Amino acid sequence: MTFLTYLISGLALGSVYAIIALGYTMVYGIAKMLNFAHGDIIMAGGYVAFFAFTKFGLGPFMSILLSVIVSTILGVVIERLAYRPLRQASSLSVLITAIGVSYFLQNTAQLLFGADTKIFPALLTEKSFTLFDGQLTISYLTIITIVTCIIIMIGLTTFINKTKIGKAMRACAEDKGAAQLMGINIDTTISITFAIGSGLAAIAAVLLCSTYPSLSPTLGSMPGIKAFTAAVFGGIGSIPGALLGGLLLGIIENLTKAYLSTQLSDAIVFAVLIVVLLIKPTGLLGKKENVKV
Amino acid sequence: MKNLINDLFGKKNRARTISFLMVIFAYILIEVLTKSIRMSRLFTSLLVPTCCYIILGLSLNLVVGFSGELSLGHAGFMAIGAFTAVCVSGLTSSVITNETLRLMLAVFVGGILSGLFGLIISVPVLKLSGDYLAIVTLAFGQIIKSLITNIYLGFDADSMQFSFVTNELNLNNGKMLLSGPMGATDTAKISNFTSGFVLILITLFIIYSLIDSRYGRAIMAARDNRIAAESIGINISRTKTLAFAISAVLAGLAGALYALNYSTLQPAKFDFNTSILVLVYVVFGGLGNINGTIVATTVLYILPELLRFLKDYRMLIYAIVLIVVMEITNSEKMKQFFDKGKNSIFKKGEDA
Repeated sequence: MTFLTYLISGLALGSVYAIIALGYTMVYGIAKMLNFAHGDIIMAGGYVAFFAFTKFGLGPFMSILLSVIVSTILGVVIERLAYRPLRQASSLSVLITAIGVSYFLQNTAQLLFGADTKIFPALLTEKSFTLFDGQLTISYLTIITIVTCIIIMIGLTTFINKTKIGKAMRACAEDKGAAQLMGINIDTTISITFAIGSGLAAIAAVLLCSTYPSLSPTLGSMPGIKAFTAAVFGGIGSIPGALLGGLLLGIIENLTKAYLSTQLSDAIVFAVLIVVLLIKPTGLLGKKENVKV
Repeated sequence: MKNLINDLFGKKNRARTISFLMVIFAYILIEVLTKSIRMSRLFTSLLVPTCCYIILGLSLNLVVGFSGELSLGHAGFMAIGAFTAVCVSGLTSSVITNETLRLMLAVFVGGILSGLFGLIISVPVLKLSGDYLAIVTLAFGQIIKSLITNIYLGFDADSMQFSFVTNELNLNNGKMLLSGPMGATDTAKISNFTSGFVLILITLFIIYSLIDSRYGRAIMAARDNRIAAESIGINISRTKTLAFAISAVLAGLAGALYALNYSTLQPAKFDFNTSILVLVYVVFGGLGNINGTIVATTVLYILPELLRFLKDYRMLIYAIVLIVVMEITNSEKMKQFFDKGKNSIFKKGEDA
């Protein structure tokens, strides 16, 4: 039974990673860049939800909505100001810019909100229910997290496969030049990708902060790195891959923490990643690209 | 005489000569300044770390610039060098009383061990390519940091003791070398600016000898066109391993020098952010540009310190500087401007 408890909480953690990883993987698939500032959008989303709920007295739903809206705008603005001028630049220049943006967001948050850790309120629910004569306790938050992740996955997959914008996104991911020749507006498509990724980051932020209720300017960096790992784990650029990678990473992390060692859990998670990449060099669901001479 | 000047400043060796002259000149200038007028403590405290980061920047440039592989885990190699050096220095402090000799030994062992790890890690790392390779180096960096955070090592008169994850050491009036998350405590500070200067010269010598050699040309050929290089018989994995291992050795040297400059040092110092910081130096200086790396590292390492008067705003300004410089150097207008300037002044432009 304890195993099941750890498994379920791992699934919840993995769902959060998966939602963040979606942002990484979509941006990578379409703009071919590693957006290292993605973790800090999570942080921004967390702070917005925090202030909306505690200072402005908005309800939980409105707080989350506001957080999603602000993060989406933030993501689009960052893309417009920092990344768009670098469309033709080398990938390393874009990477460094993303790091600059990450520093910028962290330090702005520190100036605005202070470096101290804030306690995130119970925005969603604190209740839980028990199964099997009280042997298994599951909080509603866990269920909400997992269900949210499933809804997002289904919604996003439908969006990408069925809508016109989704088609444009797939075309951009395949071949930007050809997509442009077909009359697809690349800049708009990339903006929409950033908007979706950042909006998802805000949802992930609320879920993450509800599970681990402490808020600080560097909140996003570790989940950011983990989610990035999850995206690579599943095959970067692949949306089902992000889900699979996220869930597996969350479960592995939680189980190693429970059964092996808390201090070494990070090392073990990364070791598993290395092994997986050695067996399957493009991640679990990644596509292999053949290089032609 | 004319031959000598031609030899030193000719097209082939110009960058190398400038590197050495620049470093030697900077060293003499700083030595004279510190001897003649009292420099602030802040200034003198920055000297050794700057040397370390220059070596680290050069080391990373070898991988990212010359070998063309993105490494996000160089802080890991630095950590291996650092904590090895601390252990070596701590263990031999009673045997080797001469500080310079002990520093040399510690730095040497630190570099070698880091190089060995680099060699081992390069086997899985170089099987991958592109962003997958980058993430695996990131993963190794995190693993190394995480492992060192859990090592407890100490010695007393009778024995040397080691434990992992939990501190089970039972020392009889002994000395802790590594104490888990606390890292190295009470280290003898034996690094100094001169040793940093000498190590930079050694690093420059190693890198220039490598890139001017047959192996160096193979490394760059493999970077520029893997398939073409393979088809003329270059062993890609061997050349890339060579670059990676030498880079790890150099990062280890830098780490060793760094660790012996502080009395306490925590493994958390060598996290992902440190790897990224050095990557920023390398990209700013220009990939494959050695002089660029030296200048960029010095400026960017000292910049946040110079911005101290801005107090809380300094890292914000630093971030803005990063973004703005990237935007400017990559904008089409600036590129045209520089290309024009280059053509008129140097004719050929830089070939580094």
